Amino acid sequence: MNQWKNFSKGFFKENAVFVLLLGLCPTLGVTSSAINGLGMGLATAFVLVMSNLVISLIKNLIPDKVRIPVFIVVIASFVTIVQLTMEAFVPSLYDALGLFIPLIVVNCIILGRAEAFASKNNLVSSLIDGLGMGLGFAMALTMLGAIREILGNGSIFDIRFVPEDASTMLLFILSPGAFIVLGYLIAFINRLNKSKS
Amino acid sequence: MAKKESNFLNMVFTLFIVTALAATALGFVYELTKEPIAAAKLKAKLEAVSLVVPEFDNNPSDEMYTIPSDLGDLECYPARMGDELIGTAISTITKMGFSGKIIVMVGLSPDGTIIQSAALDHLETPGLGTKMTQPKFKDQYIDKNPGKENIKVTKDGGIIDAITASTITSRAYSDAIQRAYDAYMKGGQK
Repeated sequence: MNQWKNFSKGFFKENAVFVLLLGLCPTLGVTSSAINGLGMGLATAFVLVMSNLVISLIKNLIPDKVRIPVFIVVIASFVTIVQLTMEAFVPSLYDALGLFIPLIVVNCIILGRAEAFASKNNLVSSLIDGLGMGLGFAMALTMLGAIREILGNGSIFDIRFVPEDASTMLLFILSPGAFIVLGYLIAFINRLNKSKS
Repeated sequence: MAKKESNFLNMVFTLFIVTALAATALGFVYELTKEPIAAAKLKAKLEAVSLVVPEFDNNPSDEMYTIPSDLGDLECYPARMGDELIGTAISTITKMGFSGKIIVMVGLSPDGTIIQSAALDHLETPGLGTKMTQPKFKDQYIDKNPGKENIKVTKDGGIIDAITASTITSRAYSDAIQRAYDAYMKGGQK
């Protein structure tokens, strides 16, 4: 298998958020700013890479009928590791992401890759798949967060480019804004993918 | 390597090994992060205290005590310079927020005058209610004494200008500070 294709498919062709529409709950929930989107995206990417790695290593040792519980245990362990590490070393990000960190466990993109890819492919392919999918997810969340932050708060990565009391389009920071921006981004990515093929 | 057969023994054995390994790994990480987490929490608390009282040289979280209020006990952090009490940071609460509770840290001097305040934890609307953290709003409370002045918003007959489009949040903020003052004056000084 062409490893470059394997890596790059996560960004546009099979992007978790824009094309597969998986993992939308954290996508819509935490992307009120670019830094939150990036933090959540990278946390998810880490869990995805590590769980793909472990699952492709142990795939032959697991009886088929208990594979899903085993996958979940592996994923949940990595999520807890991320959670504890974040709480210890970046408490401000931990506070901002809050409940969404433990919810990475049930992000369907992770179990989806474990079941559809890592349990059928070798170590290197699974690692690259996890990296591509994870970074693609992080990219999608950062784009979404950046657009919402620019329109809704007049800043990007907490750097303001409009005066403190200027009126901005608040709607984009509130929940409906997440749906609107996501909708336009999906339309845009679909257009890109179509013109390519 | 051939795939393992799904018989009862294999399944129980595999699940047992996997969960045992996961538990061991997590226990290890927990031990590693326990101290940094405690340190980060303490630092956050001390930072919040130092936001609302003048410079101090004691450790307010060591001398923490609680005072009763109608919404449960409030935590008080006395700040001392030398041996003199220069202010008390009180972690106060209100249920009148636009979306749920707001926790406010307020610094009161020994006679109850407000030194400074800061919202610690809240779920107010970003861009509207969250303006309560900006100096334009919260600096209005500085040097006011809730015993002598009415710190309600102007709509309710007080002296505080509410945040535009966020009267409910502004009201709640006043309510939280008033609660701290009332509890403190009822014998919360130490």
